[in-house]
Amino acid sequence: MRKPLSAFAVHAILGLYTLLALFPIVLVVMNSFKAKRAIFNTPLRPPTPSNFDPIGYARVFDDSALPFYYLNSITVTAGAIFFTLLFGAMAAWALTEYKFRFNTLLALFLSIGIMVPIRLGSVAIIQLVAELNLINTLTALILVYTAQNLPLAIFILSEFIAQIPKDLREAARCDGLTEYNIFFHIILPLIRPAMATVAVFTMIPVWNDLWFPLLLAPAGGKQTITLGVQQFLGQYITDWNAVLAALSAAIVPVLLLYVIFSRQLIRGLTSGAVK
Amino acid sequence: MAEVVIEKLSKSFGSVEVLKDIDLTVGDGAFVVLVGPSGCGKSTLLRSIAGLEDVSGGAITIGGRKVNDLAPAQREIAMVFQSYALYPHMDVAANMGFGLKFAGIPKAEIAARVSEAARILQLEPLLKRRPRELSGGQRQRVAIGRAIVRKPQVFLFDEPLSNLDAALRINTRVEIAKLHKLLAATIVYVTHDQVEAMTLADKIVVMNQGRIEQQGKPLDLYYRPANLFVAGFIGSPAMNFLKGEVVAGGTGLGADGRIAIALPPGATPGMKVTLGIRPEHMSIAVGGGDLHLAATVELVERLGETGFAHLRLASGTVVIAEIRGETGLKTGDRTHVALDPAHLHLFGADGRRLG
Ligand SMILES: Nc1ncnc2c1ncn2[C@@H]1O[C@H](COP(=O)(O)OP(=O)(O)OP(=O)(O)O)[C@@H](O)[C@H]1O
Ligand SMILES: [Mg+2]
Repeated sequence: MRKPLSAFAVHAILGLYTLLALFPIVLVVMNSFKAKRAIFNTPLRPPTPSNFDPIGYARVFDDSALPFYYLNSITVTAGAIFFTLLFGAMAAWALTEYKFRFNTLLALFLSIGIMVPIRLGSVAIIQLVAELNLINTLTALILVYTAQNLPLAIFILSEFIAQIPKDLREAARCDGLTEYNIFFHIILPLIRPAMATVAVFTMIPVWNDLWFPLLLAPAGGKQTITLGVQQFLGQYITDWNAVLAALSAAIVPVLLLYVIFSRQLIRGLTSGAVK
Repeated sequence: MAEVVIEKLSKSFGSVEVLKDIDLTVGDGAFVVLVGPSGCGKSTLLRSIAGLEDVSGGAITIGGRKVNDLAPAQREIAMVFQSYALYPHMDVAANMGFGLKFAGIPKAEIAARVSEAARILQLEPLLKRRPRELSGGQRQRVAIGRAIVRKPQVFLFDEPLSNLDAALRINTRVEIAKLHKLLAATIVYVTHDQVEAMTLADKIVVMNQGRIEQQGKPLDLYYRPANLFVAGFIGSPAMNFLKGEVVAGGTGLGADGRIAIALPPGATPGMKVTLGIRPEHMSIAVGGGDLHLAATVELVERLGETGFAHLRLASGTVVIAEIRGETGLKTGDRTHVALDPAHLHLFGADGRRLG
């Protein structure tokens, strides 16, 4: 009877990893509810009634700018996901379904994007965004993140679209659907699980990114939350209560999005089945 | 319903010519069955009619309208795929009404047509199910229903029954025959199954390597195959072939001796010919005779009342003869086989039928 043992081992390893991954997050959330002194004296203990202090949250939500930073982050993330999925699925559909000149070359070109980090092009991107007068706009961020995520999205979605039986698309053609209708009414519903996967992959790096907000939208009220939190980190004094509260609150939206997508994922996996 | 006329149709994939010079007329309300070996171009021909493949040459006319450059939807055809191709994310009713919705047909009309089709195909209790909750036969009926609701000019079926088990296949075959009568539909139907072809067709089209070898009524193909290919393809087990040459007043079959048969005009002595005879037109005989050949029994297969005897002739050729009832034959027996002169087929060296 080796099986229960190896199952136990797998669970032990996963459990350990979960603990490791969650530890800093738990630490942040825990300490965000404590008074400043308690944060430094007993950083590893959960808040007690005596040292409970939501002052950090009060400061964060009193700050008139922070809610806007949240909104900026949500807008940028949602926008990037939306355009990545839309254009990614469209491009994947075109590349798998239609035979045209340079089809393979184009697919290859796009997949190179997976291997080259977009940050290498930061200087060029800044120049481009400046030329377009898009500095300090959310549009700039959405465009850059869409570009950053498209190659992988196209790659994953192509694989899924290629698996949709040819007969299905041809049945739709016989049914008189236009190519757009085939895409929106047949292809998109069938690749929903793949799109949820792509959305999850896209969402987290975008939400967490500090680099492009710093370069492209560092001021003018267009900061994202990761950038916005920096105002509490001073050179000499850091408002730890506020930093921890802001970070804890920043987990919530992304967690919500994840729950939504992962439900799609599971539902998608159990439907589908063609034959 | 409408007539489909195909003239000089050709189709190439790159440099490979898959359809060559196809001429075919499917009469209004006719049931035409395409048969042929795998890869001969049956599906390609069907898909060309549907508009799913662009043709390289020739013309396709449906109901008097040239459709070469029309999209599938504008050709007023409906296709039933071997894999059913039901939309997995929609229930049965939505699957059937889907095309109509995009054709801008009012909701009430769609509902009426769907319930009519569901009634004909006995799908009423299943309208709210998803395809994955249906059996193979039910899915097939939904696929047919999806074709019916569109009220097409022509129905195209590509091996619709090949994913069903034997019993269901017979049932569905009968259903399709009834449906054809009920709808007075023009149908083009591809199959591998001889029985389907013989029972359903008004006209069978035998294809080989992208060409039509022969087209005609099922029994015409059976009784008067135009060439060796059709002779060997139609009928199961296949027709027996004996090689020989024309001699005065008959045919010489080498070691099997000579048999006296009426020769068609144009058969001159010395001409190489192939003699064809179906297993059901051969019988076990006692002793020699005019059309009797000596044979050794190789194998006896009994299927019940009838069966087949595999016989090795003196020349070494193995032929299959149908047997009925208890013959007492067993492997190794020496016997004779009699050929029915009314059902002998003679083919020339080029494979064409003589006479
Ligand atoms: N898209 C394609 N590209 C290139 N060749 C093709 C294509 N589709 C079919 N062919 C070739 O055309 C020929 C005819 O194919 P088709 O599918 O019409 O055969 P079929 O008679 O339907 O065979 P089966 O009975 O196995 O279904 C085959 O040799 C096949 O390899
Ligand atoms: Mg085929």
